[in-house]
Amino acid sequence: MPAVSKGDGMRGLAVFISDIRNCKSKEAEIKRINKELANIRSKFKGDKALDGYSKKKYVCKLLFIFLLGHDIDFGHMEAVNLLSSNKYTEKQIGYLFISVLVNSNSELIRLINNGIKNDLSSRNPTFMCLALHCIANVGSREMAEAFAGEIPRILVAGDTMDSVKQSAALCLLRLYKTSPDLVLMGEWTSRVVHLLNDQHMGVVTAAISLITCLSQKNPDEFKTCVSLAVSRLSRIVSSASTDLQDYTYYFVPAPWLSCKLLRLLQCYPPPEDGAVKGRLVECLETILNKAQEPPKSKKVQHSNAKNAILFEAIALIIHYDSEPNLLVRACNQLGQFLQHRETNLRYLALESMCTLASSEFSHEAVKTHIETVINALKTERDVSVRQRAADLLYAMCDRSNAKQIVAEMLSYLETADYSIREEMVLKVAILAEKYAVDYSWYVDTILNLIRIAGDYVSEEVWYRVIQIVINRDDVQGYAAKTVFEALQAPACHENMVKVGGYILGEFGNLIAGDPRSSPLVQFNLLHSKFHLCSVPTRALLLSAYIKFINLFPETKSTIQEVLRSDSQIRNSDVELQQRAVEYLKLSSIASTDVLATVLEEMPPFPERESSILAKLKKKKGPGAVSSTEQEDGKREGGELNGGGERGADSTIAASNASTPSPSADLLGLRSSGPVSAAPPSAGSLLVDVFSEAGPAAPAAAVNDDGFLSSAPPSVVSEDPAPPMPQSDELLHKFVCKSNGVLFENQLLQIGVKSEYRQNLGRMYLFYGNKTSVQFVSFSTSVTYTGELQSHIHELSLNVQTKPVEPLVEGGAQVQQVINIECLTDFSDAPLLNIKFRYGGALQNLTLKLPVTVNKFFQPTEMVSHDFFQRWKQLSQPQQEAQKIFKASHGMDKEVLKGKRIMENFVCAGVIQTKAQQVGCLLRLEPNAQAQMYRLTLRSSKDTVSKRLCDLLAEQF
Amino acid sequence: MIKAILIFNNHGKPRLIRFYQYFAEDMQQQIIRETFHLVSKRDDNVCNFLEGGSLIGGSDYKLIYRHYATLYFVFCVDSSESELGILDLIQKMYEKVCLSLQVFVETLDKCFENVCELDLIFHMDKVHYILQEVVMGGMVLETNMNEIVAQVELQNRMEKSEGGLSAAPARAVSAVKNMNLPEIPRNINIGDINIKVPSLSPF
Repeated sequence: MPAVSKGDGMRGLAVFISDIRNCKSKEAEIKRINKELANIRSKFKGDKALDGYSKKKYVCKLLFIFLLGHDIDFGHMEAVNLLSSNKYTEKQIGYLFISVLVNSNSELIRLINNGIKNDLSSRNPTFMCLALHCIANVGSREMAEAFAGEIPRILVAGDTMDSVKQSAALCLLRLYKTSPDLVLMGEWTSRVVHLLNDQHMGVVTAAISLITCLSQKNPDEFKTCVSLAVSRLSRIVSSASTDLQDYTYYFVPAPWLSCKLLRLLQCYPPPEDGAVKGRLVECLETILNKAQEPPKSKKVQHSNAKNAILFEAIALIIHYDSEPNLLVRACNQLGQFLQHRETNLRYLALESMCTLASSEFSHEAVKTHIETVINALKTERDVSVRQRAADLLYAMCDRSNAKQIVAEMLSYLETADYSIREEMVLKVAILAEKYAVDYSWYVDTILNLIRIAGDYVSEEVWYRVIQIVINRDDVQGYAAKTVFEALQAPACHENMVKVGGYILGEFGNLIAGDPRSSPLVQFNLLHSKFHLCSVPTRALLLSAYIKFINLFPETKSTIQEVLRSDSQIRNSDVELQQRAVEYLKLSSIASTDVLATVLEEMPPFPERESSILAKLKKKKGPGAVSSTEQEDGKREGGELNGGGERGADSTIAASNASTPSPSADLLGLRSSGPVSAAPPSAGSLLVDVFSEAGPAAPAAAVNDDGFLSSAPPSVVSEDPAPPMPQSDELLHKFVCKSNGVLFENQLLQIGVKSEYRQNLGRMYLFYGNKTSVQFVSFSTSVTYTGELQSHIHELSLNVQTKPVEPLVEGGAQVQQVINIECLTDFSDAPLLNIKFRYGGALQNLTLKLPVTVNKFFQPTEMVSHDFFQRWKQLSQPQQEAQKIFKASHGMDKEVLKGKRIMENFVCAGVIQTKAQQVGCLLRLEPNAQAQMYRLTLRSSKDTVSKRLCDLLAEQF
Repeated sequence: MIKAILIFNNHGKPRLIRFYQYFAEDMQQQIIRETFHLVSKRDDNVCNFLEGGSLIGGSDYKLIYRHYATLYFVFCVDSSESELGILDLIQKMYEKVCLSLQVFVETLDKCFENVCELDLIFHMDKVHYILQEVVMGGMVLETNMNEIVAQVELQNRMEKSEGGLSAAPARAVSAVKNMNLPEIPRNINIGDINIKVPSLSPF
């Protein structure tokens, strides 16, 4: 037991804490806490006014109870009283309680704001700092509304103390993050940028975080910070280790600030001004040189500080990706770190190298370290480091070293930590597919994968191997032979049985010539596993058996006997029973011809994005899949799958309504069993592998004349009607069109004209009365659907409508103007509700207003080099969205203005919203033969990529 | 950005928690448990970085931690922070906390490198204030420890000058010193032995 502190007061608190510590059981602790809570509650409620000291003591106790994980639902009012006190200590604890315990929705915010306002105007720097801390830590919308105007003034005022300036900078940053619309820049932009030149390093430290964030959102307005940051950095880097006094940390001048400056520069492309660029390159070289100098201190803090700067410098070099000389030096430096005795450095080196591997200048240089990395994978004691090594191997893999890397990863898998096995399996599967030159190697690898780590092989992986085997004639025989051999192992994983069942059912005939794998031997082998398997696998095996009957008539009687046995035909599982019954009947009734047609070999699968890649993207956040790989993957995925698109999957999917099991589609037959009650989601169909929208056509039967026939006038309610079923279709008509007829039925025609400039749009709606009778009480309203309001207080669109005349004469047309301001990106369109009375009956219809995010596009001119550089920068998986789809209008149409490069179209543009500008890059690759398109969108915001991809894919 | 700062002991008992992004109370506790689970099973000489648990944001976030005797100091940060920079910051903060707690506890013979867990919980508010001088709203406010020391000393001076709080140090000391002895009754009625301070006008 460590020495007990003497304390500087608050004995009650000390006693309470020690009581809690002495509690022998959880129950005793809870009891003691409840007692204390009751005590405090009664003290707070009591008639006797509490003095500041008691309040402080009780608030401290509440904080401690909160720390132990108990909800605190009172005491806030006392905390507010404390923070309004004139005593520093009371004020301090009051603010602390509020910052720790109040969430941003509290109703007390108004009272708190009042206290803050007083402190901000107090001119007492300590009080001002406390108030600013509180704003920054709570950061609610209400606080932003109250103080967003005040704080910039404090920040740039000449007479503000340095410590207050520091707090004000970070406070503003927090408000900008929570409510960017309230923090108006403009007049103070340049003064904030010039804080980089401030004499007080603490002010620079705080300001640089603010500037970095603002630059990310508004790069153009803050462009001037680049040259200031470079000169500041250069001054720090070239200063002697004693120049910066307090900011020198173990002989390294201002390490934290240097890192932040290098981070800021990563928001921008290399400086265009030659002098600035020269100075920066000089800095980077100095930093690289310093890494080679002997250390000035043996302390780990010294090397940490030095290397923190070095890693940021390397990150900047990689970001610029334009100085081959520096890139190679960076790579060599990281290579040294790979064998450093500090585990932290090895970890960081592996991580940085991952990004370096995707640069064309340094990819080869990274590859030279392959042995070291493999060694790290094998020998590192720390799983975090091993994981980084596995990531790097994945990133550095190309055709030349794929076999070696895959083999190493496979052998590592046998001993890998359970936590990373699934990811490793996905990576091996992807590499094997991507770099497969001969597909026998691919099949071997995947089967090995199942053998070694069967439990971690997700469905996507084994679906994928089957897709590929089905699509490649040349590997089918080999696959059949290999699975047959694999199944002979005494204990084999259920996933192996699944793959084996499927492949032998399809291609068992290819190895049936060999007496060692004659049809009956194959069947007996499969059936020997049957009893050990789960129901879905058994169902798959039954389907394989019926396929056997078609492939090998000589097995018919044996298989029929199996199907006829009680354990099948009377199986308690309805799915198995149904299959047994149906297959038995099918095999005995159908003629050979019918059987051969029904049980024909599966057609090739259409090309889609690799399901495994999609899964890895979902599983891993950024950095898991680098851009070049993705492109490669797809290019090769295309050739792998043979690009066939017979569209077989849709019929299969439809046929499965009654037999929802993984192997129903093995047969592709339209079974019409009586068990339609089986839940349709019970099994996952092979076709479901494709992550994009399923092939099933939307069932919504659209009635042509809109609401009239569907809703008799008498029951139309006053509430806005739900959007009409065809409103989505109507919306898609207007994605690339600004004028036209939005809607028409027997009564009403609605025309649209719209224009957009930057983040603003104006839309004219024309309501035409097609009848000869007047519409009365004509009114319209625009509402948002849920998604637009998903962030509390954060509207994506600001829509203003002008009211329309309530009377529309027969045959007349009224016009309505709608002003739209795009605040942030959005995916759902606003809803337009129209209500009027026609002959006394209320008409109520809701449409989607044709406002889509692409309307706020501004085209950008870009040379191809720039385009691809940016394309590469947007390499994180979630920044990309892709769709492959069939051309619906033929291939001659060029919808968007773009540059033609080789075989694909690219375009670039910026989505203008009030909050930020989102740069978007688009790539459209037509495949004239298959009449298919592949559309890829990349943007700095994942929701934007996704939405644009969805929208534009409908347009070709 | 720093998403959270967690200090807990070798048994996972939280000693100081600070979240810079809103999480409900029970979620905060779950995050502490998950983080403790991730960090505590690691050897002492492996690297100080690991991917965040699923509750706090998964692989988009890193846990950067240091283990001192009975305490873990864990920072959960996003990719915009330098790992080594944060690691140094933890060290600096720890040294600072030790230094100032020494002032409070006045046990000068104690090893500087070893801040004791009890000191930390008995002076939770002080540690919060130190933290507040280093990190604000999830961003690093100041890295110069002398500046931070100056700020904290300024606070102490203001506290002293206001008085009232250190009114009865002697009795407090004896109460605390004896608190682990079994003879002391468990449930001291705090109301009875309350320190008398001139009452202020009601708020």
